[in-house]
Amino acid sequence: MGAGSALSVQGLEVSFGALKALGPIDLAVAPGECVVLLGPSGCGKSTLLAALAGLTAPTAGSASTGDRPPGMVFQEPTLMGWADARDNVALPLVLRGMSEAEARQKAVTALAECGLAGFERARPTALSGGMKMRCALARALVTDPEVLLLDEPFAAIDELGRRDLDDLLLDLRTRLGRAMVFVTHSVEEAVYVADRVLVMSPRPGRIVETIVVDWPKGPRGTAFMTSDVFAQASAAARRTLAGVMPAPVEAA
Amino acid sequence: MAMPRLDPAPLVAGLMLMSVWEGLVRLFEVPRVVLPPPSAILIALADRHEVLVPAAGVTLGLALTALAISTVLGTAVAIAFRRIPVLERGLGPWALVLQATPIVAIAPLVIIWVGVENPRQAILILAVVVALFPVLASALAGLKAVDPGLDRLFRLHRASGWQRFWRLELPTATPFLLAGIKTAAGLSLVGVVVAEFVAGTGSTGGLAWRLVEAGNRLETATMFAALLLLALMGLALDAVITAIERRR
Repeated sequence: MGAGSALSVQGLEVSFGALKALGPIDLAVAPGECVVLLGPSGCGKSTLLAALAGLTAPTAGSASTGDRPPGMVFQEPTLMGWADARDNVALPLVLRGMSEAEARQKAVTALAECGLAGFERARPTALSGGMKMRCALARALVTDPEVLLLDEPFAAIDELGRRDLDDLLLDLRTRLGRAMVFVTHSVEEAVYVADRVLVMSPRPGRIVETIVVDWPKGPRGTAFMTSDVFAQASAAARRTLAGVMPAPVEAA
Repeated sequence: MAMPRLDPAPLVAGLMLMSVWEGLVRLFEVPRVVLPPPSAILIALADRHEVLVPAAGVTLGLALTALAISTVLGTAVAIAFRRIPVLERGLGPWALVLQATPIVAIAPLVIIWVGVENPRQAILILAVVVALFPVLASALAGLKAVDPGLDRLFRLHRASGWQRFWRLELPTATPFLLAGIKTAAGLSLVGVVVAEFVAGTGSTGGLAWRLVEAGNRLETATMFAALLLLALMGLALDAVITAIERRR
């Protein structure tokens, strides 16, 4: 494992009773690197993320996400409907004992970082789907984590809105130097945001292929989407996925 | 916040019904003891307001006290049920039994227990018995309605049980609780009126007793006036809680 990793995982395994769901997994993610976990449903992507977040206890091995707790974005925005955007973003700091006033100040900064300046006092019902997700992203960043965990965060957002959010993520990665672990089941999105795509196979969930996306850091846009790098990485991901997909019909 | 525009339709319909009522009673010369016209009811209200309005105050005071007790007690029991699941499993069905038993049937027992000389206590107990259940049920449903994603977020940031309660469970439960309190408000009024009837003494001086009294004297218009006040109280309680719900 590299000494400069923001996230390092060694021999991580998760079992539910007798069923081995995940592992062993070895993984290191550098600061400013975005690693995407891609695989069919049930391959343990979300379990791996939960183990990295400390929400699921590993059966064996270890995972370290730096000194500060990781920031996490879930599939749904999961905002508190009774609080405005600022208080939603301030929540992790308040839960960790920061004063409300100081936490709110930091929340305002995080919201601006995610393109929501001016919406501090808006209730979630007044925000669009994409804006809610930006709010959730600001909440994950507000604790200044070294590692950001994203569990299919933009799956429910329309195509154009999703590209916007992916670009925001790429920008944050470069500017703030966060290590990111991003779970998705969309090949296009995986290649678009990734420095490395890790293809996983199910039962137990393991990393079977690493696809390096060789493109300079920073915004990617249409130039990248129409490049040979994008086409080749997507094709490689699709080939590997086809190999690990479970047979369409299984005997009962 | 913009006030919701008042729909004139119910007022117009009400006035039309009153006019038809007034006209038919006069046309067929219905005896006033059987059905007084609206004009007679208003006159009775004006004549007897010195008796009726303080009586309404007593009844409203009892209903509000019962509502406050039910709200505190129902919420507290719901929290206890949520914290200690075996309590909910053991006592929940019995709460349902209490809810399913008609209040009129329990009333004489309660009056025997607290003594005929304490009608105020008996009335409060009976009103709380009917008003408690909706608060308990809605608070319990609300406490259980926590979003699983937010639950994960609170666990991720190692929230304490206290933080979880104040920042997640209680705010989640509040709209449920308000809906339960709204139902309980109407029921506490029903509970007070039923208890006053059964207690059968004028010593508390509530509106239900005035209703019985007017009935005994065949003052039908006064009975209607008392009914009108009861209905207005129920509507007012409902309006207050709806206003609180809207503010959120």
